[in-house]
Amino acid sequence: MSNIITRHKKLERNVTLLAVFAFVAVAIGGIVEIAPLFWIDNTVEKVEGMRPYTPLEQAGRNIYVREGCYTCHSQMIRPFRDEVERYGHYSLAAESMYDHPFQWGSKRTGPDLARVGNRYSDEWHVQHLTDPRSVVPESVMPPYAFLANTDLNTGDMAAHLKALRRVGVPYSATDIAKANADLVLQADADADPGDLVARYPKAQVRDFDGDPARLTEMDALVAYLQMLGTLVDTQSTAGQEVRSPGAAR
Amino acid sequence: MESLALRAGGWLLLAFLAVAAVATAADSGFAIHMAIFAMAALAALWVTISRADYGAIGRGILRAPDPGRYDDDVIRWGVVATVFWGIAGFAAGLFIALELAFPLLNFDPYLNFGRVRPLHTSAVIFAFGGNALIATSFYVVQRTCRARLAFPNLARFVFWGYQLFIVLAASGYLLGVTQSREYAEPEWYVDLWLTIVWVAYAAVFIGTIVKRKEPHIYVANWFYLAFILTIAMLHIVNNLAIPVALTGSHSYSAFAGVQDALTQWWYGHNAVGFFLTAGFLAMMYYFVPKQAERPVYSYRLSILHFWSLIFLYIWAGPHHLHYTALPDWAQTLGMVFSIMLWMPSWGGMINGLMTLNGAWDKIRTDPIIRMMVMALAFYGMATFEGPMLSIKAVNSLSHYTDWTIGHVHAGALGWNGMITFAAIYYLVPRLWARQRLYSLRMVNWHFWLATLGIVLYAAAMWVSGITQGLMWREYGADGYLVYSFSETVAAMLPYYVIRSAGGLLYLAGAIVMVVNVWRTILGHLREERPMTEAAYDPAADRPIISTAVLAKEG
Amino acid sequence: MADNKHVDEATGTETVGHEWDGIEELDTPMPRWWLWTFAATIVFAIGYVILYPALPGIAGATEGTLGWTSRGQLASEMAAEQDRRAPVIAALARIPIERLPEDGTLMRAAVEGGRSIFKVACVQCHGAGAAGGEGYPNLNDDDWLWGGDLKAIEYTLIHGIRQPGHDETRMSQMPAFGRDGILDPRAIADVTSYIRLVSGQEPASAAARRGKNVFATNCAVCHGNDAKGNRTFGAPNLTDPIWLYGGSRQAIARTVTNSRYGVMPAWGEKLDPVTIKMLAAYVHSLGGGEDFVAVARDPEIQVDERP
Repeated sequence: MSNIITRHKKLERNVTLLAVFAFVAVAIGGIVEIAPLFWIDNTVEKVEGMRPYTPLEQAGRNIYVREGCYTCHSQMIRPFRDEVERYGHYSLAAESMYDHPFQWGSKRTGPDLARVGNRYSDEWHVQHLTDPRSVVPESVMPPYAFLANTDLNTGDMAAHLKALRRVGVPYSATDIAKANADLVLQADADADPGDLVARYPKAQVRDFDGDPARLTEMDALVAYLQMLGTLVDTQSTAGQEVRSPGAAR
Repeated sequence: MESLALRAGGWLLLAFLAVAAVATAADSGFAIHMAIFAMAALAALWVTISRADYGAIGRGILRAPDPGRYDDDVIRWGVVATVFWGIAGFAAGLFIALELAFPLLNFDPYLNFGRVRPLHTSAVIFAFGGNALIATSFYVVQRTCRARLAFPNLARFVFWGYQLFIVLAASGYLLGVTQSREYAEPEWYVDLWLTIVWVAYAAVFIGTIVKRKEPHIYVANWFYLAFILTIAMLHIVNNLAIPVALTGSHSYSAFAGVQDALTQWWYGHNAVGFFLTAGFLAMMYYFVPKQAERPVYSYRLSILHFWSLIFLYIWAGPHHLHYTALPDWAQTLGMVFSIMLWMPSWGGMINGLMTLNGAWDKIRTDPIIRMMVMALAFYGMATFEGPMLSIKAVNSLSHYTDWTIGHVHAGALGWNGMITFAAIYYLVPRLWARQRLYSLRMVNWHFWLATLGIVLYAAAMWVSGITQGLMWREYGADGYLVYSFSETVAAMLPYYVIRSAGGLLYLAGAIVMVVNVWRTILGHLREERPMTEAAYDPAADRPIISTAVLAKEG
Repeated sequence: MADNKHVDEATGTETVGHEWDGIEELDTPMPRWWLWTFAATIVFAIGYVILYPALPGIAGATEGTLGWTSRGQLASEMAAEQDRRAPVIAALARIPIERLPEDGTLMRAAVEGGRSIFKVACVQCHGAGAAGGEGYPNLNDDDWLWGGDLKAIEYTLIHGIRQPGHDETRMSQMPAFGRDGILDPRAIADVTSYIRLVSGQEPASAAARRGKNVFATNCAVCHGNDAKGNRTFGAPNLTDPIWLYGGSRQAIARTVTNSRYGVMPAWGEKLDPVTIKMLAAYVHSLGGGEDFVAVARDPEIQVDERP
């Protein structure tokens, strides 16, 4: 022991040595824990159905991020009986593989949203976002009425998709070229969506905010919420099936 | 003169660049931020140019009455900034606590909970805590190295650059400029700015250690050093991102999904570990022995607990992701390292509390010591609760609930808040060369208001968190879920009201501190009865001595 | 630098010999209990790492000697629960829903299960007490848009209401009489008066008399000549005091002008048949459930034509 102390006095007298030792000590944990996530294959399961977000969904996701929805809503269903019965199949790592940044959240002041897609009608979402307590009297959620009055920025989705491609999201050249057009098309029930659904399978094309005349931030946010958890068919994901009578599938 | 022109020219150029960025900005948030940047550069320009007069202008409140042996200007500013941001952060916290109890207080879009909550967390951690750390580290490093600050101008840049970072971060949240990474919400350009400031900070701090007149580096400086280095590493890695445009605020994280999540919580947990624990332990290692006028309890303990703390802490991040889609193996590591962290954390508490050995009576007579003891007690409690919450079975109940919020606040309000208040009360009379604090009785008031506030806060959050967790998993006799989510929300109301009351008390205590600090700076002395009527009894003030020593003495 | 070592008087412990700004350090040995507890946590950690998945390698991580995984734990828990529930679930799967009330035990079990699902899936619109709200029907009363016997409720749950792309969904669409220019504002005001008359909210008036004609030509085809509604179209009864979108003059005029109707997901896609049965039983039990009546027996009741 006293030997260690004598040696430690060397560190105490040399700030460079102290700094190097300290840095090595704090670097190890992160390296051992984080780096293998990039190379161990089964970290992210192989599943059918995952695709990058459509421009409209991504725009909605950016609004979700901007408004700090993650401060109250998780998007991560844990493998517990009560959570599976309340929210649906537990979340798979693959389901957030295109999430830059992830939105797993850390607090559930409101319910988990990982599988909220297609659970409620667009009208419900619009009404709930506009005035949460008009549909859920117990709610403590802030109102987001301004989203329906704010025009969606339709000019720069190509730049956003390009940036996302740089961090590894597999958008094709066509996706990027058509990004701004796709953004508008997806929220227009009357227009011909062209190959939008072919490039983005299961994309939902319609007017989301109940105001076909305008493309608003409400359209984008509702489009994002309505697709959450709808891409992967968890029932067919081999070896992971957990079904229970009396449980939401 | 030339260097003056050079510096002035540099600030001017920066201002021009910022104005150009305003003009070409892709979104309003970025434009507003660049405008703030431009104003800050212009302010720096003005300060640089009017430097000649500055001495005369500033010889009021922020200037040393006596230049002294040490370079204390930045520290005085830092103390004032700490107090200011403390009030701002506590008030923001009270506001969002009230929003949860009374949702009508949400004024969309700027004052919605989702935007103000990051403002609160950043204001208390980085503005209040960060300023306290920078100011005390400059104070402590000079005195324990018996050297003036290295690079005094850089030190001033660190202070003002850090304030600019805070303003950009805080205004960004309200404008919706955020990366949504908890405690790392500022966007890419603000992160770059902080990186510059932080490197300057490291240079000043390490430079001062290098030019020390003491052969050995004091333990407080080990902790400050570990804090500065680790925060730099965490900040850079966690904020790796690709901006959409160089003239826009938005960026996309370099990582996605599970890797992004672990990177963020590796950062998030160690922001607690190194900002709020290592950094504040450094404060403790200086101010507790100074105020108690006693030697540090155990040198050997400080060595072992320092190295074990910094080595183990960094592993604990995955406990924020228990039972998520993070692989089980990483969760296991997060849990076991959190448990091993228990004793290294307590090493700091033991060394702090036992330093009072031989001065126990001061807990009765000195409210500042009392604050320090309470801080260490909350530190011990929070660092026991932390490993407990990291046990997967406990975490399955506590995660996503208010229990976590209660845990964080026991640590933040109790440990970080109290030790900072104590340090401020220690520093203010010395920095402004006053005979003593304006009022010790007000310190006592602050102590009790804060303590009561924490107790209300933590108790309310424990009960609400456990209630929430149990309601979510409550099954009826037939094996079906009993409660809807909205029913669990409704059940939280009384606890949210009690929590707000606790926050109000804590804020009230801080306001008492503002008055006390302000009057002390002005040189006022409050006429008041001494804190205790009982005479000092040296016989009652005995240290705890191990039986081995007693036996030796026979 | 053992230069300034001395014994601290108060504690009798030797100092290390350094001094920084007046601070000295004692050379107190580390507390035994601290060291032992630290060692114990390390031993615990090693044991835990051996038992559970823990150490990452190149192709994967160690799996732990217990073979435990969080997903495996859930699977076995769910399987156990499934076994426990199996008899009830099997019985519920067997029994036709209209005969459920005959089996008191089974009915009670179904209602209990349904209550739970309702709280998970339905309260967001219909409210925690199923009392609904504007635009979302109250399920406690005996006013049913599409039918209130067990079979009709089950059908509505499975196929949903106005779900695009579903052939069997409950479907109807009220025209936006004002917006689409079918009726002019005067006619809308008149028909509003008439509706307020038949619902007992306004006395007879000239406007209401005119409105009666408007109603007969435009509304009666769905809402019936007597304005008592028609469940085939989910057309509400306009003579009772229950209003989905408000019964004031303004609210009725707004509904006639713009048309209002709700939607409901086709839960058959998300929930299994037994769960739907339980949910139907619960909704039926809320107070307004009607008895099942075969179609042929009473031609007056059209509800069961398409249950």
